[in-house]
Amino acid sequence: MSDHGHDHGHDPIGRDGEPAAAARVRALEDLLVEKGVLTHEEVRARVDWLVSRTPAHGARLVARAWLDSAFKQRALDDARSAALELGLDPGESPQVVALENTEDVHHMVVCTLCSCYPKALLGPPPDWYKSLPYRSRAVSDPRGVLEEFGLHLDEQVDVRVVDSTADVRYVVIPQRPAGTEHLDEAELAAIVTRDSMIGVAHPAAH
Amino acid sequence: MTFAPGDMVRVADRPHTGHHRTPGYLKGKTGRIARVHAAFANPETRAYGADGLPRLPLYLVEFTGGDLWPSAPGRDRVCADLFEHWLEPSA
Amino acid sequence: MSISEYVNGRYDRAMERGVHDRGGWPTDTPIDRREHELADWELRMDAIENVLEQHGVMNTDEMRRGIESMPLAAYEAASYYERWLFTTETILEEKGILAPGEIDARLEA
Repeated sequence: MSDHGHDHGHDPIGRDGEPAAAARVRALEDLLVEKGVLTHEEVRARVDWLVSRTPAHGARLVARAWLDSAFKQRALDDARSAALELGLDPGESPQVVALENTEDVHHMVVCTLCSCYPKALLGPPPDWYKSLPYRSRAVSDPRGVLEEFGLHLDEQVDVRVVDSTADVRYVVIPQRPAGTEHLDEAELAAIVTRDSMIGVAHPAAH
Repeated sequence: MTFAPGDMVRVADRPHTGHHRTPGYLKGKTGRIARVHAAFANPETRAYGADGLPRLPLYLVEFTGGDLWPSAPGRDRVCADLFEHWLEPSA
Repeated sequence: MSISEYVNGRYDRAMERGVHDRGGWPTDTPIDRREHELADWELRMDAIENVLEQHGVMNTDEMRRGIESMPLAAYEAASYYERWLFTTETILEEKGILAPGEIDARLEA
């Protein structure tokens, strides 16, 4: 099985060792532009949007939730609106839900059917999130998956896996690490990692 | 919306030809409504070029891992977003 | 293990599972945590599909349906954006926006 996202193909290698798909994509774009279906500028603009998305956006939501319990409650009720409050682009999904980790429950997000992911807030998903083994075992063996990621949970903590099967997007609010009381909002945001907002890691200072 | 948070529901296990977003590992399983979402366009018809209207109620349903996987510990939970027309009331 | 062995072993009744329907699918493969920066063609493929959706030419559910129509071996062998390419070509041909073989003809030109 080769679903690890590496940039190689299973057809003859094209120029510069790129997969055959690369030339097909360029040809596809050219054909669609010639047919007036889209423009190169539109494709460029969308690429620019995609590469501008980073986990720093989601981290701002988490940091504010850690500092402001009223904001956190609003985020738990409607994370899309809460993101907009901070001037963040919540993405095209009509609904974003924030999942709060506590000392009793640890959340983990997966899309077993494809790769649904809050990319407006977290950037593009990592290859492993889209991989067949993760999609299979996140729901059937979440603790085993977390151990593979080096995350060991205390005995009394339950795991709650959320499978994004529809158009709702999920982001985890990890627990605020101990010893961070002196950090300001920007410093807190800096310790919130992408993986902690997917649910396979703790924030950086833990 | 037929269901409210806390309601027990069973996922239908009928065969379905074509695109649908009810995972096989949940078909026939019983869970609890955890969250009521807004209504969403129906992916089963949208996937074939229709507009997916009328929107259908969508729920976050929570299952116990032990109910889904024979060898799993009982406490862990798995949730998924499921459309109302895949859910039946459970006693 | 073949899908039929899995189905008959794990369920008390045979049930069709789509190639994409992976929750609980038996696997011994460790999760490969290496990441790669998206190549130009991958970003372009992502963008093309999203711009097509913005224009109402295809929608996300058609896109997913196209991926789900891949044969199992092809689905498993393809990289993530190779699947996106497959579905975009499939759906655009279905809608008559691309002629069958049109991309091949362009590549041979």
